[in-house]
Amino acid sequence: MNLTLKVWRQKDARTEGRLVTYQAPNVMPDMSFLEMLDVLNEDLIAKGEEPIAFDSDCREGICGTCSMIINGLAHGGMRGTTVCQLHMRHFRDGETIVIEPWRARAFPVLKDLITDRSAFDRIIQAGGFVSVNTGGAPDANALPIGRIEADTAMDAAACIGCGACVAACKNASAMLFVAAKVSHLAALPQGQIEREQRVLGMVKAMDEAGFGNCTVTGSCEAVCPKEISLDFIARLNREYGKAILKNTFPPAGKGGD
Amino acid sequence: MMSLFRNLFCSSLGKKYLMAGSGAVMFLFVIGHLAGNLQIFLGPEAINRYGHFLQANVELLWPVRIVLLAIIALHIWAAAKLTLENRAARPQAYAQWQPTAATYASRTMMMSGIIVAVFIVYHLLHYTVMVKAVNLTGKDFDARPEFFDAQGRHDIYKMMVTGFQQWPVSIFYLVGVGLLCFHLSHGISAMFQSLGWKKRAYGECLDCGAKWAAALIFLGYSSIPVAILSRWIQ
Ligand code: HEM
Ligand code: FES
Repeated sequence: MNLTLKVWRQKDARTEGRLVTYQAPNVMPDMSFLEMLDVLNEDLIAKGEEPIAFDSDCREGICGTCSMIINGLAHGGMRGTTVCQLHMRHFRDGETIVIEPWRARAFPVLKDLITDRSAFDRIIQAGGFVSVNTGGAPDANALPIGRIEADTAMDAAACIGCGACVAACKNASAMLFVAAKVSHLAALPQGQIEREQRVLGMVKAMDEAGFGNCTVTGSCEAVCPKEISLDFIARLNREYGKAILKNTFPPAGKGGD
Repeated sequence: MMSLFRNLFCSSLGKKYLMAGSGAVMFLFVIGHLAGNLQIFLGPEAINRYGHFLQANVELLWPVRIVLLAIIALHIWAAAKLTLENRAARPQAYAQWQPTAATYASRTMMMSGIIVAVFIVYHLLHYTVMVKAVNLTGKDFDARPEFFDAQGRHDIYKMMVTGFQQWPVSIFYLVGVGLLCFHLSHGISAMFQSLGWKKRAYGECLDCGAKWAAALIFLGYSSIPVAILSRWIQ
């Protein structure tokens, strides 16, 4: 296959970027999208040009590092697929492909297709954890967990934090990410102690990072490589509502503000 | 208490609650108002009596009006604030962009909302404040004795028939109500989502129900100008 690529090139966070056109000849249909870029980069290096910078790590759809908008679609728009799992057989010979980084105020471009996603780390630091006493590992059956709760938590925990939800949302909202992280721990007994502080803290960190607001368009769910459902956002809304009420009207015997 | 207000008015999720809560109240009003208006099909007696009942209870009428106006103001404030934040959240647009899975209604809530706001202002000037200049008939809808019935009540029936016989006015009502229902076709299910009342078990029913509710409301409201323009009611 012969392809024309229009790739976003940007020297660093402070420099203006632009789309640069490249030819990618002899692309094999069995290559993954990232392998296709690797081959192009080999050519660029051979010609003494700066290779295209992009993020990747596991290349098997589990780490959430790879991230790019392909022809206007996050991760290329294939259902349940990260760019590293996207294969060139889904493109046509002679096609022009536009490749851009995630675009959001909270995800500034560092170089070419690489963005700074540490805003997600700050959200996790604000509540995406459970506090447990260390010591010997507890017996597996010491803490029974219902089937439905376990399944719900697993569905939410599938989030790999790639940021495609933000990238595809017309409002650059991180609600699906936060919803997955909050729901995951709220469904489990280990998550109960910090339940209210978690949702309050994570929503605050999300707002401070400058993400937009959900308008329930459903784009996030459609591009999510782990197919995290919009239902989790409803769950987040429920969690937050309960938390602000409990915070204001604490149950008898507990201090509030 | 302060933290509750701060969370509601300053956080992203809080503002969505305000948006959804105010939308829910307006939605209920829209249904009640439709039920009241459809009484025109029962003839002058029914609708004039209903109108008189509302007008006569000033102690009830004004508090309801004030609360509704405050709710509209809240809805518009939250819409404006959220939209500005959303714009700011993506300072650089994509060179190439395809909206994924998002319906047209969901992407144009602000636009449909703004046109509905203009329509609401016109509607209030037309039939509530009864500004002569906007009804295009050259008549004053508050004139005695022309627009009062035999019992001395305001003749709502005659006012509506005269008003909607002006086809440009009727067309504008159809457009206004059409866009309101378009807004609601997304808004009703989004409202349940924002308030955290949507679950997988009935989520799809809710999306579908929202579209049906919006369509029925449109049929209900548009039947009145259509019936009058087609001289079914005169
Ligand atoms: C007066 C001008 C109006 C403006 C500018 C406006 C604007 C908006 C905007 C921007 C949204 C957010 C969209 C989203 O989050 O998906 C929204 C949602 C909504 N609107 Fe309006 N709207 C207006 C009037 C109305 C009216 C008259 C009604 C009802 C009769 C209504 C009912 C709703 C509902 C139910 C929602 C869903 C709330 C949610 O997103 O959770 N709106 N409106
Ligand atoms: S590189 Fe790990 S998910 Fe794509």
